[in-house]
Amino acid sequence: MKKLKAVDVVIVGGGWTGLAMAKEVASRTSLSVVALERGGPRKSSDYITGMDEVDYALRFRMMQNIADETITHRHSGRDAAVPVRQYGSFLPGAGVGGAGEHWEGAAFRFLEDEFTLASHLKERFGAARLPKDLAVQDWGVTYRDLEPLYWRAELMMGVSGKAGNLRGEKIAGGNVFESPREHEYPLPPLKRAFASIRFHEAAEKLGYHPFLQPSANSSEAYTNPDGVTRAGCAYCGFCERFGCMVGAKAQPTNTLLPVLSRRKNFELRTGCWVRRIIHKEGRATGLEYVDASGEEVFQPADVVVLAAFAINNVKLLALSKIGEEYDSGTGKGTLGKNLTHQVSAAAMRVYFDQPLNSFMGAGALAMMISDFDGDHGLTGDEGIVRGGTFKMASSGGRPITAFGTMPAGTVRSEWGSDWKAASLAWVDRSSVITFTGEHLAYRQNYMDIDPRYKDKMGDPLIRFTLDWTEHEHRQRAFAAGVQTKLARAMGVRFDEPRLGPTKYSVVTYQSTHIQGGAVMGTSPETSVVDTHLRHWQVRNLWVVGASAYPQNASGNPTLTALALTYRAADDLVASASKGGKA
Amino acid sequence: MKRREFISLPAQALGGALLYAVAGERLKLTALDGAVRVPLKFFTEAEAKVVAAACARIFPTDNLGPGANEAGVVIYIDRQLAGPYGRDKYRYTQGPFETSVPEHGYQGKESPRELYRAGIATLAGFAELGPAQQDEKLRTIENSMFFRLLRSHTIEGMFCDPMHGGNAGLVGWRMIGFPGPRMSYREEVDQHHGEAFRPKPMSLAQVVGRPVRGAEDEG
Repeated sequence: MKKLKAVDVVIVGGGWTGLAMAKEVASRTSLSVVALERGGPRKSSDYITGMDEVDYALRFRMMQNIADETITHRHSGRDAAVPVRQYGSFLPGAGVGGAGEHWEGAAFRFLEDEFTLASHLKERFGAARLPKDLAVQDWGVTYRDLEPLYWRAELMMGVSGKAGNLRGEKIAGGNVFESPREHEYPLPPLKRAFASIRFHEAAEKLGYHPFLQPSANSSEAYTNPDGVTRAGCAYCGFCERFGCMVGAKAQPTNTLLPVLSRRKNFELRTGCWVRRIIHKEGRATGLEYVDASGEEVFQPADVVVLAAFAINNVKLLALSKIGEEYDSGTGKGTLGKNLTHQVSAAAMRVYFDQPLNSFMGAGALAMMISDFDGDHGLTGDEGIVRGGTFKMASSGGRPITAFGTMPAGTVRSEWGSDWKAASLAWVDRSSVITFTGEHLAYRQNYMDIDPRYKDKMGDPLIRFTLDWTEHEHRQRAFAAGVQTKLARAMGVRFDEPRLGPTKYSVVTYQSTHIQGGAVMGTSPETSVVDTHLRHWQVRNLWVVGASAYPQNASGNPTLTALALTYRAADDLVASASKGGKA
Repeated sequence: MKRREFISLPAQALGGALLYAVAGERLKLTALDGAVRVPLKFFTEAEAKVVAAACARIFPTDNLGPGANEAGVVIYIDRQLAGPYGRDKYRYTQGPFETSVPEHGYQGKESPRELYRAGIATLAGFAELGPAQQDEKLRTIENSMFFRLLRSHTIEGMFCDPMHGGNAGLVGWRMIGFPGPRMSYREEVDQHHGEAFRPKPMSLAQVVGRPVRGAEDEG
């Protein structure tokens, strides 16, 4: 194994959190920083020739190649886990920028009560009325702690939106249910597509409070505090699953990398597959990885930061034998616990009389309501303790994926002349009212090491033990009621929602929001990292990203991941300046 | 070296001539006697005929517009199967292979290439049947993994960017009014509400002004 010259800080992952950490440390200190990215280099000019549905949307060109590494899944500890052989329910990115390149750009702050969820639910509903085996926890930080950090992330990205709650003052047209903001959004909201207007009218008619989703697709040209300038959104419709060809969608490569590329104390190495964190007597000493040429390398470092996708953070900790693996039977151990996804496989398809011109759009262009987010609007009779948001997106309709969409029962066969005729008749006339619900954490949902299946390096895969519970079935049933109201108020045809228990499926896309496994908290008994995302046992190791979330929130996780990374970076920089080294 | 196999497709469907990349070299294929002979990368000529005939029943040519034949769907499928997708480079293929619940998706060992070879073998003589008999035959296999792939690939070949070999002459995009990848709708997105806005379709190569190629043609 080749041993390299020591560096001050080595970071696993070149996505949002890894490069945000690198940018903070490398531009605020003289520490030498190296980031290791598994995928290849990327630049914005690649994305112009990437506007192709087959290679990018269907064959997942920007994702980690699942042939190299996947997870296994089982519904309960009694079942055998099998590998996820082709992507479905979530899509982790690879390459510089990671999933931050192909995300849709939804840029939410979490609700205030999300950060104290365990205490909040006990207070509001009483322990006896909470779902069985609930494992939600308080984060150990509050929304107040994070507000200035959210603002830093929003300024860096140039988030477009309209405030609905400025320092407690509710403002019509914005999201009046959002957590109080100190500042108006950096940019005004995006333009409205036809579907946005139809949803808006229906929601208002029902007395709800519709607003345009906060978006990292910039509504106008924008220069951030680092002096990085980006163009306004072109509404080209090639957004989620694609990189932005004009750089209007905030991505690590067009926000953080321009700053980092000017720093002499920063180096980005691509094609590097990290296999182990090396540690001795409670201190991390560096990383072992396989470089782009296939050579095994040891990179010594004073500080190690894990900033890979949530699953890979957990995997590296487990393979490196750092921390105690969670045991779902006894509840002992912390590594791998509180795995959550998102309750979002509950879309209602609606059909319009008029064409939508749905090829125009932007990833995060969506009209939505938060009237049932968190526990807003819940009376307690619904049998659920948390709800979610409803929206109608205009993300850009693409011809292969959209073709053949028609009201349920229109034709008997899914191919042939009748099917073709019906498909053509319904082209560009359908959309979905999606529900994005909070997925609570339960004792029985967790990650551990799979005993059988291996990645391309011969290391074991991470195994998910994960299934929906009664609470999620009820969330979907509740959502179906609201979706039906919205569809009726819109005056459109719709497919009757299918209700009843469903098992977690790795086939159906939910969202790429995988949380937990290395959760944050105030005690090493219940969490893997402290409230600055610093590992409880290995104090010169920070583990950033959604692996730290004790549970899922309805809002998309990226902005919170960045806010927490800033918090971790402040901690790392402070401890480095105190002792010279962390 | 394997003898190169060809399939003949109606020239009017493919616009009379097309540029086609074979093993890195770009060929200009010209129509002779109303047909274009397209070199195959994976299928034999007999296999390609079966697949083309089946795709033409899934997406028929009729008075509503062109179908799989005109779009060159069989060329699309041939190239996808010849490339990394067909060889299962985008799927986790380590064993053991075990049957599981539907929520775990396709768990089989067979690659798309193998599924096609085995599936085509069940359709012996298919290309020579009449349309009604062809439909009857397809209905007997419509729950198979092979048919599910064939149906998905037919739609892909109808509406993909032409760089992949399907949607020849943009017949698919013209039929559904999809304009192709465009640089900007910034001035249009909040206009044309409630009415069809249908800019003339352009391929990615036309939009960027230089040749582009799909993943199946790389390395």
